Amino acid sequence: MSLILNDLKYNDSHEWVRVDADGQVTVGITDHAQEALGDVVFVELPAVGSELSTGASAGVVESVKAASDIYSPLDGVVTQINESLSLNPELVNSDTYGEGWMFRLQLSNPAQLDSMLDAAGYTQAIGG
Amino acid sequence: MADTALHTPLYAEHVAAGGKIVDFAGWALPIHYGSQLKEHETVRSDAGMFDVSHMTVVDLTGADAKAYLQKLIANDVDKLGFVGKALYAGMLNPQGGVIDDLIVYLTDWGYRVVVNAATRTKDLAWMQAQTAGFAVELTVRDDLSMLAIQGPNARAKTAAARPQLAELIQSLKVFQGVPVGNWFIARTGYTGEDGLEIMLPDADAPAFWRELLAAGVAPTGLGARDTLRLEAGMNLYGHDMDETISPLAAGMGWTIAWEPASRDFIGRAALEAERAAGPAMQQVGLVLESRGVLREGMAVTAADGSAGVITSGTFSPTLKLSIAIARVPASTGDSVQVDLRGTSTTVRVVKLPFVRNGKQVYA
Repeated sequence: MSLILNDLKYNDSHEWVRVDADGQVTVGITDHAQEALGDVVFVELPAVGSELSTGASAGVVESVKAASDIYSPLDGVVTQINESLSLNPELVNSDTYGEGWMFRLQLSNPAQLDSMLDAAGYTQAIGG
Repeated sequence: MADTALHTPLYAEHVAAGGKIVDFAGWALPIHYGSQLKEHETVRSDAGMFDVSHMTVVDLTGADAKAYLQKLIANDVDKLGFVGKALYAGMLNPQGGVIDDLIVYLTDWGYRVVVNAATRTKDLAWMQAQTAGFAVELTVRDDLSMLAIQGPNARAKTAAARPQLAELIQSLKVFQGVPVGNWFIARTGYTGEDGLEIMLPDADAPAFWRELLAAGVAPTGLGARDTLRLEAGMNLYGHDMDETISPLAAGMGWTIAWEPASRDFIGRAALEAERAAGPAMQQVGLVLESRGVLREGMAVTAADGSAGVITSGTFSPTLKLSIAIARVPASTGDSVQVDLRGTSTTVRVVKLPFVRNGKQVYA
């Protein structure tokens, strides 16, 4: 059974979003996604400072099994990326919603958050 | 996954061990039990076990069994100098393409042949058709399960699990297989590590699995099986070669017994022509020293612009970078360009295997 946290937002390309205290968001891929991918061996992340729009390519997760694109869930600018994933890509599998985070965004349009799926919506989307 | 996927006698054990079940050649088997990277490492450093019961075991009996095999396969069973000895061979079609790869054991009833699961139907039909004119009988041993226990501690842990086998295990040499009652113990494998492949009656398999578990052997899935064999430079049928590919283009030249010239095995004429002309393609190893994963199907370009292809690719857990087996032009030098997700990337060419006894072997 896939882990879905209640305090996060989701989309149907299996990214999760957490709104942080400073108003920025942290982005990663869901437990459902990491489970489907298998052991992650490389994570390619967007450059800090890059401007992303919703659905734009935001990097690649390579597992032993396959390469999978990461998409930006929202419009914004990348303010931080998780450098730990360079040496420890397996964090995406072992701590998907914690140390497995991928990048942080300064949102240009916070209202877009309202169009994202909540936990119940994502549960339904993955057929749970 | 199809509801009609076949189950081996160990299916319940896989589920109990947390196996993630997938379809492999119509069989429901575990791709991993949590982490294929961890399982791979355990085989390289300790001992892991694979359920390979889906593979096809065929026993050969009859006065012409030897002559039949000398025609059927490109390696020569005459090399098997004593009961127990085994060899690896390609079974070719008349055009010199590979129908399957297999292991043959000389036994006291005749021979035992183990072929792949995915090729079962065509292999059995072909083998049966080729019996015409030979006094030989084929018996498919679907009553047997098979467990592969692999790793530096594989033999010791198997002996600990089944003390009555300890003496036999101790004395068994590499590439030998002998029966013990209804069981058959072979010192063979598909990982590049030492270990055993044990064929046993279906009814005995679950208890033996549990004994091995208790002796500290780790369940290991198909995912790790693939990364292990690739590191060891071993072919996977249907990927590194198939019916349209010559063994000379698939790194199997060493398995062809050309002598004696009078042994007319199926595919010989085609291979001789290819050998005389100089094979156009060869099999090499590739190593990607930057980030990314080489994958089957990626286009390879040699320095002179000629084309090749990656036939198997993966991330090597032992070397911590991506490796691949590729079929490339004979003229290929020590580096090639690979189309890696749209970017032309320089990749090093090396001789197989990549890893032996847990260590990197290529220079």
